[in-house]
Amino acid sequence: VIRPALDVSALPSHAFGHRTTLWWGVVLMLTIEGAALALTAVAFVYLRQSFSAWPPEGTPPPDLIAATTNVALLLLSLLPMRVVERAAREFRRTALVVSLGVMTVLGAASCVLRGFELAALNCRWDDNAYASAVWLLVGMHAAHLLGATLENLLLTAVIVGPVEPKHYVDADSNAFYWYFIVGAWTPVYVLVYLWPHWA
Amino acid sequence: MATATTAGTERAALERTWAAPPGLLGFVRSAAHKAIALRYIVTAFGFFALGGVLALLMRLQLATPEARWLGPDLYDQVFTVHGSTMMFLFAVPVMEAMGLYLVPLMIGTRNVAFPRLNAFGYWTYLIGGLLLWVSFAVNSGPDVGWFSYVPLAGPAFAPGKRADIWAQLITFTEIAALVAGVEIIVTTLKMRAPGMSLNRMPLLVWAMLVTAFMVIFAMPAIMVASTMLAMDRLVDTHFFNVAEGGDPLLWQHLFWFFGHPEVYIIFIPATGFVSQIVSTFARRPVVGYPAMVLALVATGFLGFGLWVHHMFATGLPKLGESFFTAASLLIAIPSGVQVFCWLATLRGGRVLVRAPLLYVSGFVAIFVLGGLTGVMLAIVPIDLQTHDTYFVVAHLHYVLIGGAIFPLLGAIHYWLPKMSGRMPSERLGRWGFAVLFVGFNLTFFPMHQLGLAGMTRRVYTYLPETGWGRLNFVASAGAALLAFGVLLFLANVAWTLTRGPLAGDNPWGAETLEWATTSPPPSYNFEHLPVVENRYPLWADPHPRRVVTGLRTDRRDVLVTDAIDATPDHRHFLDGPSIWPFLSALAVGVGVITALFTAWGVVIGGALLLLTLTGWFWPERDRPEPGP
Repeated sequence: VIRPALDVSALPSHAFGHRTTLWWGVVLMLTIEGAALALTAVAFVYLRQSFSAWPPEGTPPPDLIAATTNVALLLLSLLPMRVVERAAREFRRTALVVSLGVMTVLGAASCVLRGFELAALNCRWDDNAYASAVWLLVGMHAAHLLGATLENLLLTAVIVGPVEPKHYVDADSNAFYWYFIVGAWTPVYVLVYLWPHWA
Repeated sequence: MATATTAGTERAALERTWAAPPGLLGFVRSAAHKAIALRYIVTAFGFFALGGVLALLMRLQLATPEARWLGPDLYDQVFTVHGSTMMFLFAVPVMEAMGLYLVPLMIGTRNVAFPRLNAFGYWTYLIGGLLLWVSFAVNSGPDVGWFSYVPLAGPAFAPGKRADIWAQLITFTEIAALVAGVEIIVTTLKMRAPGMSLNRMPLLVWAMLVTAFMVIFAMPAIMVASTMLAMDRLVDTHFFNVAEGGDPLLWQHLFWFFGHPEVYIIFIPATGFVSQIVSTFARRPVVGYPAMVLALVATGFLGFGLWVHHMFATGLPKLGESFFTAASLLIAIPSGVQVFCWLATLRGGRVLVRAPLLYVSGFVAIFVLGGLTGVMLAIVPIDLQTHDTYFVVAHLHYVLIGGAIFPLLGAIHYWLPKMSGRMPSERLGRWGFAVLFVGFNLTFFPMHQLGLAGMTRRVYTYLPETGWGRLNFVASAGAALLAFGVLLFLANVAWTLTRGPLAGDNPWGAETLEWATTSPPPSYNFEHLPVVENRYPLWADPHPRRVVTGLRTDRRDVLVTDAIDATPDHRHFLDGPSIWPFLSALAVGVGVITALFTAWGVVIGGALLLLTLTGWFWPERDRPEPGP
């Protein structure tokens, strides 16, 4: 014979932030991706000891214009993403659609800039180990950038349609992913773009 | 609430909501944790058997000097595929699969946190395993060792596709391992039954949690490394090419930064099995719960500080080596704490000797021996003498078979009644254990001496004058006995499934929540989620009466609780069966396998994955829910 000890029927059927399983899932995914990016950065620094000059002789350092513009753009994009987060948590659908749309456009612009960055790295991945590591670092992050932008696009499309509370939770978690993309890029930018100029 | 009819209706409603979809398509769509975990376990044991056959082939070849069963090229493939299979396709997946089966039951919930992702992980793993074994069947099996050292595995010395297949096997198995790691962490932290605060979690759940965190931090290293290797081979990057500023030692650092934690990823779940088994058959809680938990967590951290002891022979600075020697010696302490806690538990308990406990005793004996040779190998001068000899082969099999396989087999015997509803044969279980124990020691103990006598690893044959023939013959005879022991174990499983007597809910009189539900558990695990008030719930109350009510039965409703105290927070609707995880895994498969031949595989796979993920996440309009 059972004795009901705890009635949970009055509990809400959704929540935001660290209360949700999705948030924890996203945090762990970002931990994995962050660890991979950090290890690649460590490998980049490790390979420095194979060369007497940095960047290696005959390889000019990367151009800064597209890369720096992109860092600025990404940092700026934190603001509309903050709006996405707020709008999601307050279930404001129009604001959410608009801010997600803005984020999609900004993400696309950042991807285009990334294309210019790759063209201005002043090396090819098969030149030497330095070049290989530069391409892997920038490429890995570009994959995230592209992925997150497509996710923003998909979310915009989903939220335009008939929407469930859980989709607001999705949008909220996606904001967290974007913060990671911007946050992880800033040190990588310093490492890949500025370090060769100092060295 | 308590009348028979309402209980019956409630069960029927739960069954309708949680039941697996029918037919072959239903099989592919299933996202139930027990079904996925059992698939993982069965598949992993299939690979275990295949890897075991390769081991027997090697023992056949080495039984006598100058044997001609396997040529050098085939032998290289055989030991590489054996090692890769056992590590990537058996040991890690089977341990995580046990977690995926047991954790939701032990913490009192209905499924894992992300059911579809779980299914995706399994399919990815299966595709990776098939890739390795189909390649091996057509003479394209990797042949550069399970660690795939460069420059041997690089483009200059390993032409053809064999090393690429190894690199892509890694991609598949790492995705699967990471997925399972995420599942176990989020499920454990956010879906525990109300009242099961962290300090009331069963030790096995603690072990799985620590393991899952190690997976999260260790696996990225091998993903980065294998990506670099694949790029060096496919698009001419120079990560490991000395001529262009690359460094082969970078490979070893990255590989062992994953590879050493990997050992603990295999071993820590096994200690969890041991804790549950010891506690059940000693009929008392494990002595020193806080010490046990701290030992697990300490092992998890220290496991990341040992990797360089695999590289003592590479000429690294002596000061650095000393640090890693110290760390390697240090990790013996938490392992020792656990062993002494188990012994103390047994010493003070009313011990009931059953087959699972015998496996545990075998584990303690063998693992302690393996640990001792581990301490020896942590000392640089000894390591330099025995590096790359059979002494290391003996050590690693003592640690891995003793530390993981014995507890695993004990665990399968122990939880088989829960998984199948039937009791295994005690007699067959004891015989299986005895034969395995003798066979194991006969196989691997002589290898210590062979290593000290100078026999190096990975040689496909040796001359009679070396004097290694006799001990090798003993080892090979032992391997045959070991294989017979595995067959006895499998025969017991087969007997259990077909003829075993019905087990009932809690045949061993254990204390954890999985024994509170029926054997096998229903699709929804528990009719009512339990409310936990004690670290040993079923010993405090053999038939938990205090339960959660108010979860919906017409949707897959679960309770999400606070990460520390497990106080109820909100309800959450889990996703149900879907074809998309399978299709997404196929997309990854197409992309990765295409990438064996052209870098466009990444683009093709990415595009396919984008399509399938869109399908996966596209809202299902058939069950609208009122807005906020």
